[in-house]
Amino acid sequence: MLEIKNLRVKVGEKEILRGINLTVAAGEVHAIMGPNGSGKSTLAHVLAGRENYQVTAGEVRYNGKDLLAMSPEQRARDGVFLAFQYPVEIPGVSTTYFLKAALNAVRKHRGQEELDAMDFLTLIKEKINLVEMDQVLINRPLNEGFSGGEKKRNEILQMAVLDPRLAILDETDSGLDIDALRIVAGGVNALRRPDRSMLVITHYQRLLNYIVPDFIHVLFDGRIVKSGAKELALELESKGYDWLKSPAAGLS
Amino acid sequence: MEALERMEHYRSLFRQSYDDAGAFPSWFGRLRESAIESFTRLGFPAPGSEEWKYTSVDPIASVPFVHANGEGKAVTGDIFAAAFVDEACARLVFVNGAYSARLSSLSELPAGVRVAGLRAALAANDPVLEMRLGRAARFREQPFVALNTALMEDGAVVLVPEGCRMAAPIYLVFVSLAQEQPLQSQPRNLVVLGAGSEAAIVECYVGIEAGNYFTNAVTELFAAEDAVVDYYRIQREAARGFHVGALEARLSDRCSLTAHAITLGGSLVRNDLRVVLDGEGAECVLNGLYLADGDRHVDNHTEIEHAKPRTRSLELYKGVLSGSARGVFNGKIIVHKDAQKTDARQTNKNLLLSDRAVANSKPQLEIYADDVKCSHGSTIGQLDRDALFYLRSRGLAPDDARSLLSYAFARDVVGRVKIPALKERLDDYLAICFDRKREPGR
Ligand SMILES: Nc1ncnc2c1ncn2[C@@H]1O[C@H](COP(=O)(O)OP(=O)(O)OP(=O)(O)O)[C@@H](O)[C@H]1O
Ligand SMILES: [Mg+2]
Repeated sequence: MLEIKNLRVKVGEKEILRGINLTVAAGEVHAIMGPNGSGKSTLAHVLAGRENYQVTAGEVRYNGKDLLAMSPEQRARDGVFLAFQYPVEIPGVSTTYFLKAALNAVRKHRGQEELDAMDFLTLIKEKINLVEMDQVLINRPLNEGFSGGEKKRNEILQMAVLDPRLAILDETDSGLDIDALRIVAGGVNALRRPDRSMLVITHYQRLLNYIVPDFIHVLFDGRIVKSGAKELALELESKGYDWLKSPAAGLS
Repeated sequence: MEALERMEHYRSLFRQSYDDAGAFPSWFGRLRESAIESFTRLGFPAPGSEEWKYTSVDPIASVPFVHANGEGKAVTGDIFAAAFVDEACARLVFVNGAYSARLSSLSELPAGVRVAGLRAALAANDPVLEMRLGRAARFREQPFVALNTALMEDGAVVLVPEGCRMAAPIYLVFVSLAQEQPLQSQPRNLVVLGAGSEAAIVECYVGIEAGNYFTNAVTELFAAEDAVVDYYRIQREAARGFHVGALEARLSDRCSLTAHAITLGGSLVRNDLRVVLDGEGAECVLNGLYLADGDRHVDNHTEIEHAKPRTRSLELYKGVLSGSARGVFNGKIIVHKDAQKTDARQTNKNLLLSDRAVANSKPQLEIYADDVKCSHGSTIGQLDRDALFYLRSRGLAPDDARSLLSYAFARDVVGRVKIPALKERLDDYLAICFDRKREPGR
């Protein structure tokens, strides 16, 4: 599904990703952990196609295609979805309006008919239950004045509606209370499928109790310094990141 | 025309219409005389003067606009759709400044509410007119208000009695029909709301035909204690129409005014909107939207005077400018010495959709009280890159994302319109402007 080879990325003069290697097979869930500023969001944004990042080396294959050569919208239409760490607010249009435009752009690309207002409403109502979101929210201006948790639920709602193949969740658990965390994780789990892969970026082992990953990777200073099974999260929880700091420590 | 010639032109228009207006009461004649004196003294605003820094009125002053002679070509009901009018509601319609009984409809009014053309109201010499007309509008200081006051003959008079809560809005429609000779009209409106009354009033200015014309409108609004007013100024003049408009509102204790100024048309536009919060606890919300393309020029000046304690104002003006259009926003807030506990917030946001479009934004705060909350912010810029990426990352093509964001930017203001039928019509208009589908049912 996704194959990242020796990916190096700069912002301005600063090299932020310094040789990332990561392979995610279909149906797998990979967690990415790592201290603040280690490059997790940068990786997520580069995969989603944000401009302003210079890829200086390496390549990314997505279902065999050269992902980095695709525009953000092509990637989205081909099934890449990023749940933003900081979703943007767009006063003036509602989630419903925006999401319908997005879904129809994706459907058009897939050769499906555009959904009319009624069909879309039926679909969104079904998905809204998945994240137990208050229905009034989707008719309010997109993310404007939403609480942190509401924004995160909205991201997962969008993911459920857009039905991606590769979902990247950037700290979707941050800012969620315990109940919301369980609900959002439940929603994410419901979306796990043999043909859908996920990259789950998080700081907290707690999330991984709910969304149990197949692999965990530790990103440190722009490199994956350790990879392991889900037990690695517990180890990180108790030991912190310090023991991984010496360059050779975690590399196996 | 040279400066002197220009003044003489309007003085002769004044004499003409003054001589024709035999039926008007004498106080009205005196008011007009004093206004033409003011106008003669003030002249057209000088280029570069403080209040007209970015707006030259030369294009207006240099054309010898004349009065219309009758309706000219018949106006049909199609005009209502263009003017966003809900035909189920009461309306007064004016064509080239003159009341049209044929197009108006007053059957839907609640008992006690008086709605009439100014000319008819003057003929009846309703005492409220003498008491109010010219009392809020600053015809001694403002050239265009002086000109309007000197030349006024018709317009809308709306009187809502104490305690009357109107369920439906009243539409005041001003149609300009360009003719061979460039026409001018000087609509003069008076709205007086009794204590505890509630009303929604929609002024719509609309132009048909492509020719050049000049509309110079003034509205005075007086609201007694506890009145709740929802006021709209929707301007959709034709491509070569000039529009200068002033709203002067006076609010008493605990009044609440929401004013929406939506400017969609006209080639040279100046709006002056002034609210005096002249009673304790009075509040106003000003929502403004201006869309300008081509080489259109739209200037919005607002002035909010906090004259009494515990008054609040909340202002949001947004402009979308494309082509080589220019948008000007000047927002003055004055807080008087004893207007303690004033809360005033002002925001102006400009979206530039082309490199040649220009916005000028200036807040002006004059605060003489010490216990106040005042804030202002203004932005001028292109579409937000983060927002564009967000939309593209959901599958929208760049053009689609840009159009959605522009639509959203403007819709943010239209979304605050409180009359559902009007909101829907304006939303349809925006959707067409920004090449989008409107979401049904919102
Ligand atoms: N546009 C940018 N310009 C300059 N520096 C940037 C830019 N974007 C990211 N960086 C820097 O790159 C580094 C990695 O940032 P990134 O957001 O990827 O970290 P992160 O691992 O997601 O951190 P967190 O856990 O706090 O979300 C940081 O030092 C950040 O300041
Ligand atoms: Mg991050």
